Amino acid sequence: MALINSRSSISQRGRETSPHALGQNSTQRVMSLVIMATIPGLMAQTVFFGWGALINVAWCSLVAMGCEAAVVSLRQRSVSFYLSDCSALLTGVLLGLALPPFAPWWLSLVAVSFGMVIGKHLYGGLGQNPFNPAMLGYVVVLISFPQEMTTWLPPLGLEGHNNSLSDALFTIFPLGQAVSVDAISMATPLDVLRENKSLTINELWEANPVFDGMAGRGWMWVNLAYLASGVFLIWRKVFTWHGPAGMLAAIAIMATLFWSGNGSDSQGSPLFHLLSGATMLGAFFIITDPVSGATSNRGRLIFGAGVGVMVYVIRAWGGYPDGVAFATLLMNMAAPTIDYYTQPRTYGHHKANKGLPKKD
Amino acid sequence: MNAIAKSPHQDIQSPVAGSQVIASSERKIWPLTGGVHPEENKHQSTSCPVSVPPLPETLVLPLSQHAGLPADPLIRVGDKVLKGQMIAKASGFVSAALHAPTSGTITAIENRPIPHASGFYDLCIILAADGQEQWCQLAPVTDYRQLSPAELVEKVRDAGISGMGGAGFPTAIKLAPGTAINTLILNGTECEPYITADDMLMREKADAVIEGAEILQYMLGAQECLIGIEDNKPEAIAAMRRAAAGKNIDIVVFPAIYPSGGEKQLIQILTAQEVPSGKLPADLGMVVQNVGTAVAVKEAIVDGKPLISRITTLTGDALTAPQNVEALIGTLAQDLLQYAALKASELSTLVFGGPMMGFSVDRMDIPVIKTSNCLIAATEDEFPAAPDAQACIRCGHCAEACPSSLLPQQLYWHARAENHEQLMHHNLFDCIECGACSFVCPSSIPLVQYYRASKGAIRTQEAKHAKSERSKQRYEDRLARLAQEKAEKEAKRKANAERAAKLKAAKTAEKTGSDAKAEEDPIQAAIARAKARKAAAAGASESTSAGQAPSASDRPLSAKQKELKVQLSMAKAQAKKTERALAAAEASAELKGDRGDIEQLKSNLAMLHEQVSKLQQAFDEKAQDSASKNNPEKPAKAPLSDEAKKLKIESAMANAAVKKLQRAIASAGEDELDTLKQQLVTAEQKAAEMKQALEGLS
Repeated sequence: MALINSRSSISQRGRETSPHALGQNSTQRVMSLVIMATIPGLMAQTVFFGWGALINVAWCSLVAMGCEAAVVSLRQRSVSFYLSDCSALLTGVLLGLALPPFAPWWLSLVAVSFGMVIGKHLYGGLGQNPFNPAMLGYVVVLISFPQEMTTWLPPLGLEGHNNSLSDALFTIFPLGQAVSVDAISMATPLDVLRENKSLTINELWEANPVFDGMAGRGWMWVNLAYLASGVFLIWRKVFTWHGPAGMLAAIAIMATLFWSGNGSDSQGSPLFHLLSGATMLGAFFIITDPVSGATSNRGRLIFGAGVGVMVYVIRAWGGYPDGVAFATLLMNMAAPTIDYYTQPRTYGHHKANKGLPKKD
Repeated sequence: MNAIAKSPHQDIQSPVAGSQVIASSERKIWPLTGGVHPEENKHQSTSCPVSVPPLPETLVLPLSQHAGLPADPLIRVGDKVLKGQMIAKASGFVSAALHAPTSGTITAIENRPIPHASGFYDLCIILAADGQEQWCQLAPVTDYRQLSPAELVEKVRDAGISGMGGAGFPTAIKLAPGTAINTLILNGTECEPYITADDMLMREKADAVIEGAEILQYMLGAQECLIGIEDNKPEAIAAMRRAAAGKNIDIVVFPAIYPSGGEKQLIQILTAQEVPSGKLPADLGMVVQNVGTAVAVKEAIVDGKPLISRITTLTGDALTAPQNVEALIGTLAQDLLQYAALKASELSTLVFGGPMMGFSVDRMDIPVIKTSNCLIAATEDEFPAAPDAQACIRCGHCAEACPSSLLPQQLYWHARAENHEQLMHHNLFDCIECGACSFVCPSSIPLVQYYRASKGAIRTQEAKHAKSERSKQRYEDRLARLAQEKAEKEAKRKANAERAAKLKAAKTAEKTGSDAKAEEDPIQAAIARAKARKAAAAGASESTSAGQAPSASDRPLSAKQKELKVQLSMAKAQAKKTERALAAAEASAELKGDRGDIEQLKSNLAMLHEQVSKLQQAFDEKAQDSASKNNPEKPAKAPLSDEAKKLKIESAMANAAVKKLQRAIASAGEDELDTLKQQLVTAEQKAAEMKQALEGLS
């Protein structure tokens, strides 16, 4: 008995709190899965809009990690601990995907560093930011540099398409020999539709080479790629279906309600809205950011629906061709309130608690 | 199994009719909210049958092995005890008795480390086994149906049985719930990983479980008995189905998911009902007992044996021979681990209970108690230290896993902010601390620990708050009392002042209006006459006292005579006062037009006055008589003092009567007149007695 009587044999760890078994999940795993899920969309973007998207993503990721490392070391925390959660990388990747493929390097730098430093770390870092850092950075450059932000390259198969890597590199990082983006840029389908005042939809489709299929050349495939990745992430239980379903349903309903057919005042068909612009990227990669969104399932449904309604409102009647970023930020502000009113009903309770705690 | 069993429809529609169904596997089950699937790790300890380890030399028996008050020792150090003998009795309603697991000698009652998350020491009875295993006298019951449920509950209480699933609530209390019980649920779920004690129990003692279930059903008067088992125990399910064949007991099998074995969760799975927050299953007409408890009840009733041993799982990668053992309560962990061939060098964490809700201990000289269903001797690889917690990203995986539909991410947020209001608003106290949220948390945040700490902080704060509320209440009550006293004093003072003012007014009114009124009012006239008489009597007494004065000077009165005299004069003065008071009362009564009582009062008073004056005269005469008779010689004390004594008593009585009357009249209100009259009647009677006495004297 005495041979195992000693206390020392199990005292290295001492007493610990339950549970002693831990699941295999980790924040790093969640973030990496999401980052990997962007690959199909990134590939589609690269195929249809050139190397710019890829270069953007790499550059933005680099800037994002740099910002994270800088702030964390300023706060005298472990840089490797914070970088290893991959949240900074994800922010960089998402911004890289959202920005126009040939956005100049300084534009990306401004967007990413604003998002990371002011949008995330000034609020206390991961988990504390009220706004989606990527969308905050995006909106800052969208407001500050509207010219650069609204010009996309013509998609694959159209004249003037620039598909060489070196050209793309020199466009983004113009080292001496600048290539004028203006010369080859082209408005997005959403932009064209918004500016259209005289042509019916059919005429518009025929007249403008940017339109192809249901939602414009390339755009449809990019969106479908994000949709597939999103379904994969839901299947892997990275996030629930509530947010994306809410947003897509709201866009579809709004587009159906305000779809006035083929006339020149038409806002476009529901499918056009679902498959163009940043709809799918937003639904599955932006509004599913758990930190700045609503937290209960019902709350996420409402949050997503709010984003969807606002995206359509901005597209149809607002001052910008696409509204995912603005809609997301606006709903971010509403998220805490949504959370207060969407507590689930607890086991053994007749109804859910709502609002703020009652003061007696 | 039979024809009825083929109609699950009936089973669901009517639970009473459904209870006739035997072991129906088609019984509907409902899904658990949330839940997780941790690695089961149950196979390691089920490969060999339950064995009995050698008798340990020493047993350590904590007095507190159950929820509630610790047991009260019945033995002293040095006492020899027999196996099964009660060595500590239940010390209150929520408490359980303790029995000697073997025969031997009590060597100490002292503080020893106990199996508790706190790592605290607590009072334990130390029993040195003598190796004889000599049983005490047992009282088995051959047919429990001959006894009333209440008698059986008493037997369960005496057997020291407390819930063996982990919470350790004294079983006898749950068996006398005071409400009608329809459904008895036996919990054979055992959803925690690693633990196989109930699995092995059901495999090897299925008949005892069923017999225990029947006894419990009889005790509770439950029409229905369900035994819930997770589908990962096929051998146990088969054994139980065999044992339950032909019995009014339903074996319900459902998919394994943690924490289906929680009492509330099991009820949800089996009945789709939810135990209301803050209530008990009994409020739904249900009682849930662990299968191990059912066996303990069976042994207590049928065999008369108290709870002195239990099946405990010994498992973990640091054991060479993981298995289940029938361990005596009080066996030290080190003895059991040695029995299961512990590889001491590989042991990193020793857990009492399961990996989800159990607690780790930092030493091995801790005993197995009634609730210890499992010991896990884990290696470093098995239960690695939790990585550093990262920031919460509000991913909501915890909310998906929560069986109570709470929002653990919000609770965590508010727990860190110590925002107790929000914690209560998010129903913190509905958390069952199952650990599912911590298990799934990608940021490795020890969520349950935050909730435990917050619950503790809130309880402490509420206790403090309640205390300060009590003090506040006490202080406010005192202030109110003081204010009331002050107000009462003030009211009294005011009333006195008013009365004085009234009296004054009445006097002046009498002085000015008595002549005019005398002719009109016969009563006033009577008063006047009485007054005149009284004045005359007073004059007479004065003259007598004046006449006496010289004699008194040369022949001093005896002390008693002196007293009598003083009292008489006092009586006279009081009679006068009474008269005045009556006048005042009359004045007030006149205003109210209620004259009848006052008239009677007045005439009575007049009579009183007459009697008093008569008494006085008689006394004076007597005194003079006796003085003249006895003065020449030595004063004849005896006859005089006898008479004087009597007189004194009588006059004192009269005095008292008059005083009473005076007081009554002074505070006369119209509603008090009845009592006043009664008082007058008694005063009259006394006066009459006095008169008689006086007549007798004269």
